[in-house]
Amino acid sequence: MSEQAEKKYAAYICTGCGIGDRLDAGELEQTASRDGRMNVVKQHEMLCSQDGVQMIRNDIDKEGVNHAVIVGCSRRAKVEAFAFNDIAMTRCNIREGVIWARPDTEEAKETTQEMANDYIRMSCAEIKQMNKPSPSGQQGRNPNVLVVGGGITGMTAAIEAAEAGYSVHLVEKSSALGGHVARLHKRVPFKAAPVGTPNSPDANLPMPEDTGIGDIIAAVEGNDNIKVYLNSTVTKTSGAPGRFSVDISTESGDTITENIGSIVQATGFKLYDPENLPEFNYAGSPDIITNLELEELANAAGDGPIKRPSDGKEVTSVLFVQDVGQNSSDEGRLPYDSGIGDLVSIKQALYFKHHNGDGCDATICYDNLRTPGAPGEDFYRSGQRNGVIFTKSEVKEVVPGDSITVKMHDKILDEDAEVKVDLVVLDLGMVPNSGPDPYAANEALEGMSDEDRAEELEAQEAHAADETSVKVESILNLDYRQGTDLPHLKHGFTDSHFICFPYETRRTGIYAAGPVRRPMDMKQAMDDATGAAMKAIQEIENAAQGRAAHPRVGDLSYPTFRKEGCTQCKRCTVECPFGAIDEDEERYPQYNEARCRRCGTCMGACPVRVISFENYSVNTVGAQIKECDIPEEWDEKPRILVLACENDAYPALDQAAISGEEISPWARVIPVRCLGSTSLSWVTDALNNGFDGIIMMGCKRGDDYQCHFVRGSTMAAERMAKVGDTLETLNLEPERVVVHEVAITDIERAPALIKEMEETIEKVGLSPFKF
Amino acid sequence: MSELNKAMIEQYRNSFLSEVEANVEEGEWVKMCMQCGVCSGSCPLGKHWAHPPQEIFMMIRAGKREEVLTSDSMWMCTSCYNCIVRCPRQLPITHIMHGLATYAKKLGLTPKNQPTAKFAEIFWNNMMKKGRVNELKLGLSLYFKDGFGPGIKEALRNKDLGMKMMKAKRMAAGEFFGGHGVKDVSGLQKMIKKAQELEDARMKKFDEPEASQDG
Repeated sequence: MSEQAEKKYAAYICTGCGIGDRLDAGELEQTASRDGRMNVVKQHEMLCSQDGVQMIRNDIDKEGVNHAVIVGCSRRAKVEAFAFNDIAMTRCNIREGVIWARPDTEEAKETTQEMANDYIRMSCAEIKQMNKPSPSGQQGRNPNVLVVGGGITGMTAAIEAAEAGYSVHLVEKSSALGGHVARLHKRVPFKAAPVGTPNSPDANLPMPEDTGIGDIIAAVEGNDNIKVYLNSTVTKTSGAPGRFSVDISTESGDTITENIGSIVQATGFKLYDPENLPEFNYAGSPDIITNLELEELANAAGDGPIKRPSDGKEVTSVLFVQDVGQNSSDEGRLPYDSGIGDLVSIKQALYFKHHNGDGCDATICYDNLRTPGAPGEDFYRSGQRNGVIFTKSEVKEVVPGDSITVKMHDKILDEDAEVKVDLVVLDLGMVPNSGPDPYAANEALEGMSDEDRAEELEAQEAHAADETSVKVESILNLDYRQGTDLPHLKHGFTDSHFICFPYETRRTGIYAAGPVRRPMDMKQAMDDATGAAMKAIQEIENAAQGRAAHPRVGDLSYPTFRKEGCTQCKRCTVECPFGAIDEDEERYPQYNEARCRRCGTCMGACPVRVISFENYSVNTVGAQIKECDIPEEWDEKPRILVLACENDAYPALDQAAISGEEISPWARVIPVRCLGSTSLSWVTDALNNGFDGIIMMGCKRGDDYQCHFVRGSTMAAERMAKVGDTLETLNLEPERVVVHEVAITDIERAPALIKEMEETIEKVGLSPFKF
Repeated sequence: MSELNKAMIEQYRNSFLSEVEANVEEGEWVKMCMQCGVCSGSCPLGKHWAHPPQEIFMMIRAGKREEVLTSDSMWMCTSCYNCIVRCPRQLPITHIMHGLATYAKKLGLTPKNQPTAKFAEIFWNNMMKKGRVNELKLGLSLYFKDGFGPGIKEALRNKDLGMKMMKAKRMAAGEFFGGHGVKDVSGLQKMIKKAQELEDARMKKFDEPEASQDG
């Protein structure tokens, strides 16, 4: 154990922020050296001050300290001051975790001191199991960004990345850049009316603008940092951020292989097929058209009036039917609303006012008019001002004829009406151009018995073999074990942590932007593209240094596994929410550091506990559970283990203490990276050690999840559903172990949940396992 | 094209909206209504109207010319200004209501025996005589607006109140004979005549395009 001998452990106890007044610092010091067996134990009255930090720095540089416990505030405070990246380090939280969470009274003194002593014991045990994280060196810096899709989103992302000095490979499936925007006559204005514009029926309000797409295409083509591949597709993507190898199949039939650092997928949308909507009779007349077809009519009109397709007659009346086939619960229709269709129709109605004159009537039949974005309300007023007629109504049927008859129900006047017009425009929804969802099959299988599952799989295979079924083509052709494309959330839109990290997908280093992520208009897509380019750049730099992306930004640790112990069960490769783990030729898991988000879901999944991070493992937490002092039964001091997700639950507890909420003196809180990393052995160990209750606090799971690692919280809940069996074999009450969803805002609720467990223990009695 | 078809086509078209814009005071605001219904909800008399303001505006857009102009809804407005204060689009709704009423009267479409319309006429005629409102005569005109019999009945019904007002000198019986007025009645009448001429000229300007629309 020569390596062990080289380790030098130190504990630094801060007595500032009232710690020294509330606790016996001498006793803390004694705990760290006697129970914690630290080689060096020092006190400082303000550890985060320059002087305190320098004291630690000197010990590292001159005394050879390489494992340190900082005893003081929460790990979420003073992060910059205690950024000792060249050693293994942990934080022992006795400020938010102890003195601020407990009342400053004489009777609370004893339990408060016990709490602090325990946390020091636990941290000292933890640090002994930790090593300094060091990157794998799997990849270097690769400054190439691959952008898939040459529409407005893709081009904007390409320009942004290129202007920041990165080289871009832009792959476009069609023969020209520009996408949908290139087909538009005008765009919805980008800006609201100037401040101070009077409210009057003749105020100057925003009007449709030139799209400016020509300039953007020219900027892409003229940029030396951007290489454009037209008529090309991505046929294979392998590797990881910083070392993607991408095969691009070009027009000539050649395949070019490029080394890529990160990827932006901007594959946009297609319009919903109006043929599926018989009541609107799209096929029944050339004068019933889609919103995109109207753009072409307007382009064809030049400076003259817009003419209807059937007989070239100048249009004197046009009616827009909003939200067709959207917001529908009917099979095969879109359950969502594109949200921008009303802006588009106002824009198009104004085409007629401009081209065909004020005498041309334009009517918009809407149900709920939505005009999102800064200019939205002004643009609506602009439409009204220019005489566009808006009617809240439901269009029941569109009947072809010399004049098109629109049968509708006016919802304000509550009566049916029939309107005859020259042209009808259907506002169709946006359908994302995503690749097949890697987890589509899994979802169908969830909750099925083994037999049903086998049957379903067989049916799916048969369906795939059926030639008539439409197969969604892969876009990225990832050779990841978990499927070829970005996972979906719902309705084909890519999954991301919608609240906290909207750009991140479930494949690190691949960023979805534009309408493939959610329905959006040109302005939003350009903003979105800029954000995605930014993330792509960030990931290139992170990967180069072996640093993690959101939410453990900058984390240098990554999972490895002990090959001798691995049973090749594949659970880690299946449960990783980010598809980071492949399988090597010998069928062992193959970790890809740069794809990994460091949540530890694999660690929690592993039944033989062979997966670990340098600074986070089954042992780092297990040792803390073992070192926590369990009082004898007659002391009547229960112990409650709280495994709190470091993203939401732990900060909620910190905040609770800051806000003066009391936390039970029996609780011992251990932060975990994600509840998904929780090993069942921690629960068994804790119960065997004499803990009376266990609370697991993770983020919200399900469709509207808030888990920072998407699936971690769900996986944990699934695994813990089986914990009842463990309790039964130990002859313990099932209510001793609970899993809660805790949000970062649950400042009063989080301590209350611990209190609840205290009451439960009072009811069922202390654990019989105290010895 | 038959008349019936023409009427159909005019639905949800701009024709009546343009007519309102041209002829109704503040009518150019009608198109700016966003149908939120705050005016209808704010109107203290709204539930007694056949068509609250929001609905009137939608009817104008829907081209229901006859229904709008013959409606008595806009005559019900008491000018409390709640709707103007609350309209998020700041439409001068009270003024539009009065504008619609005026336009309907001009076209002779006011509902028969509409009490507000009648009162307005009596008030105007009363005031024009002397330049001041003769309250005694105004009251009497109102009592007798529906004929001699109902007038006597109404007067008797209110006699106690009338006596009290006399005692308190809120009403003078002498007003019945001539009554007080402004110093220069003929000057006032000349001024009003001139204003009427200006208004007629303004309306004539709008009459012309309207005429061509009809033809």
